[in-house]
Amino acid sequence: MSLSELVPPQTPVDETERGRGHRGLRRPQFSSEFLVAGVVVVVVAFLSLVPVIYLLAGTFFPRGSFTLEVFREAYSSDLLLDMVKNSLIYSVGSTVLATVVGTGLAYLVARTDVPMKSLAYAAALVPMIIPGVLHTIAWIFLGSPQIGAVNKLLEPVLGPGFFNIFSMGGMIFVEGIHMAPLTFLLMFAAFKNMDPALEEAALMSGSKPISVFFRVTLPLVKPALALSTLILFIRAFASFEVPALLGQSSGIWVFTSRIYFALSGYPADYGTAGAYSVGMLTILAAFTVWQARLNKNAKSYQTISGKGFRPSTVPLRGFRRVAGAGVLVYFVITSLLPVLMLVYSSLLGYYAPPSLSAFGRMEFTNYVDLFDSPKTVSAFTNSILLAVGSATIIMLLTAVIAWLVVRGRVRGGAVLNGLAMVPIGIPGLILGVAMLFFYLRVPLPIYGTLLILLISYVTVFLPFGLSYATSAMFQISAQLEESAKVSGASWFYLFRRVTLPLLMPGLVAGWTFIVLVAVRELGASLLLYSPGDEVLSVVIWQQWSEGRMGQLSALGVVMIAMLALLVAGARKLGANVGVQSP
Amino acid sequence: MLSVVDLEKTFPAKGNQERVPVLNGVSLSVEKGEFFTLLGPSGCGKTTILRCIAGLETPDSGQITVAGTPLFSSVKNVNVPANRRGLGMVFQSYAIWPHMDVAENVAFPLKARPRNSRLSKKDMDRKVDEALSKVELSHVKRHRATDLSGGQQQRLALARALVMESPLTLFDEPLSNLDAKLRDGMRFELKRLQRELQITAIYVTHDQVEALAMSTTIAVFKVGSLEQIGRPRDIYETPASLFVADFIGTSNFISGKVTGQEGTGVFRVETAVGEVLAMVTSDRPLPAGTEVTVSVRPQDIGMVKEPAAVRGVGRWPGTVRAREYLGEYVDHFVDVDGTNIRVRTGARTSVGPDTEVVLSLEPGYSTLLPQP
Repeated sequence: MSLSELVPPQTPVDETERGRGHRGLRRPQFSSEFLVAGVVVVVVAFLSLVPVIYLLAGTFFPRGSFTLEVFREAYSSDLLLDMVKNSLIYSVGSTVLATVVGTGLAYLVARTDVPMKSLAYAAALVPMIIPGVLHTIAWIFLGSPQIGAVNKLLEPVLGPGFFNIFSMGGMIFVEGIHMAPLTFLLMFAAFKNMDPALEEAALMSGSKPISVFFRVTLPLVKPALALSTLILFIRAFASFEVPALLGQSSGIWVFTSRIYFALSGYPADYGTAGAYSVGMLTILAAFTVWQARLNKNAKSYQTISGKGFRPSTVPLRGFRRVAGAGVLVYFVITSLLPVLMLVYSSLLGYYAPPSLSAFGRMEFTNYVDLFDSPKTVSAFTNSILLAVGSATIIMLLTAVIAWLVVRGRVRGGAVLNGLAMVPIGIPGLILGVAMLFFYLRVPLPIYGTLLILLISYVTVFLPFGLSYATSAMFQISAQLEESAKVSGASWFYLFRRVTLPLLMPGLVAGWTFIVLVAVRELGASLLLYSPGDEVLSVVIWQQWSEGRMGQLSALGVVMIAMLALLVAGARKLGANVGVQSP
Repeated sequence: MLSVVDLEKTFPAKGNQERVPVLNGVSLSVEKGEFFTLLGPSGCGKTTILRCIAGLETPDSGQITVAGTPLFSSVKNVNVPANRRGLGMVFQSYAIWPHMDVAENVAFPLKARPRNSRLSKKDMDRKVDEALSKVELSHVKRHRATDLSGGQQQRLALARALVMESPLTLFDEPLSNLDAKLRDGMRFELKRLQRELQITAIYVTHDQVEALAMSTTIAVFKVGSLEQIGRPRDIYETPASLFVADFIGTSNFISGKVTGQEGTGVFRVETAVGEVLAMVTSDRPLPAGTEVTVSVRPQDIGMVKEPAAVRGVGRWPGTVRAREYLGEYVDHFVDVDGTNIRVRTGARTSVGPDTEVVLSLEPGYSTLLPQP
């Protein structure tokens, strides 16, 4: 199976070959189908492979001939061992925290009579709406030893600066609670889709409820749990905001923050950034392949049966209040506190921990300034333009890819699918590095324009779009298209009048999700933006380094409100945003 | 109207094995106005033939010609795409587009035509109205297609096929998704429409009752090849093979030896249960001593209570071992010298176990099947 199989055979088939197999005749008859397939393959291959190839070429062949010099320099540093150790502790720690909290909560909400379930659902949407950079800054406002609100509040009891957010513990905590809602979503589905008969059979066999949980329920969701853990680990390992904002100042370096540091100095150290990027990509590739295999296993282990059922609800009895308090605390920590903190600081001219005098100084100047500053106004325009543009391109592209993968009679759909999924192992920051390598060698005039960000966004978020489009495609019965075909519809007419309208709910959900993640994107944007043409996340980053807390908070609050409206609108339209976050 | 010649098709097997054959040189010929049914168990290739005619599957070799126009020919390297064949098709799931209303569904084939052969808006509307009135759906013209009942969706799918005015209409198990009561009604309705509108129908089903009730001609398939083709009555009364006799209806199979001929196509056969006179469908000579199987329909056997009866030609004494009450009839299982014979009687007749009976069989009510 090769790529060439996706394009039509060019030479007419001779008589002898047609005798057996009839490869020529079995080919689909629509040339338009092939044309589209060809274009899609070229576009996807360009997006997924070219930057990575240039990154590899630029690090292994920095001056045209093969050398490992770049790697020798970067990896012989004394800091290397420390960095590997930190990356590992940070990723494992935050994964464990998120998994324990998220899974426990998912079980409580999906399978028990715990009160205040709606708070847990609300909290599940929050990390989609609060960009990582704002979430981290909000927690600095809360947990900084000097200015942290929590520390100030508890000073009479615990003494000054008890909690230090600028530490490994702080990093694990902030990343862990930001990822916990994702675990919640993944595990919620697993608990909800379980056939209650499996547990009832254990109860009827004489097991106590608690041993049913440990001996039946938990083993049944094990594949989902393994998958979720792996997804989280990959995320944590690739995360940039938390290590950059919390780790850097206290000297806790991980791969991502080191890559950014290498590039933000003057002159930029492309060699080191490239060498670390290649290292990260290798590790991520291994984990992504592992994830794909787990995903396959998880599907074969599915406990979902065709008939609809309502999972039985386990009564918590005396434990109900404690569990309810847990849900409340979870909501307050993951969602309410960070948002409140941002709103609070957005109302202050200069930041100070909450106090009576601080409340007295509240004003709306920051919000007024926001709309007076040409920079923020242009950042809003840019972010919206890029998010809407990349989401639209991705969903159109993935609608066609999904069709080719699920329905296409051209073999090689799996290759196309794999190609489009490659960027799932490429974090935004690394793609940014790869793009820099590409445009260093190929001086296209798009460097320094919004176009380079658009291409990056389309690449990074392509896999998300594809998983939405593919699952929507699987919902459509093939007969709906076949009946259009025998009715005389050409491929284009069929795709436009039948397939696209039927895919629409899935495409809208995917579109909304990509708009959300694109507005939040920081890693690639930070490396590729051109001064004077910033996007929102970059402006927040800049204002943080300039110490303009009030303005960045105001900007953040407006941004969060905007994204919340978008999610609410999409959900109103019936799009399943949030349930399917890949 | 339709001619299929030597159609062959294989599917890729899992792993690196040989391709699996699904059609081994099938040939058919269908006349105008026929209700032609492709009947067989699942996996026999009947749906594959239909999809090959529709253009949704491509055969490995053979020829398909509709109304004199070759649609597929491996020799001439012709393969008309499905969307240019102009054949109406009714799908098993109806395949009603949920994002269009009833009229839009029916209008789709007209709108999908290439620009140069498209009708005027007025003509399109007229044709849509005509098609809807034929299937009595005019009153729901502007309803959402998904709001229709199962039977209505079925009729809508038919209207969409009719609007194409194709020389041939293809049906892929269209009644299998309806519940039993509705299915009976639709069966009758579909047959009436086909006869009235003089549609040439190619109909795929695995349900023998449907096939017998609706068809003018039935083609019975067994794993990729044609087993028997004929009028419904011929297929039921004189099955050509053990497979057909077994698949259509219920039959007793008794093995025996030919002892002599009693006229054209009637043979005397000595079996384990006694002598019978059996009909044969093929012209093959059957000399005395040939091993054969006799197929006897359970409802063709008479049964009376009679202890210690005497054996004769078509007259077998036996003992009832069990019975099965099925509402509309009763099946008795009678032991005749160690052979189990199923006898079907009216619901009012019921003979308890261990009763001695005698079974009777009219000459010619049994079919002689050559041993495979």
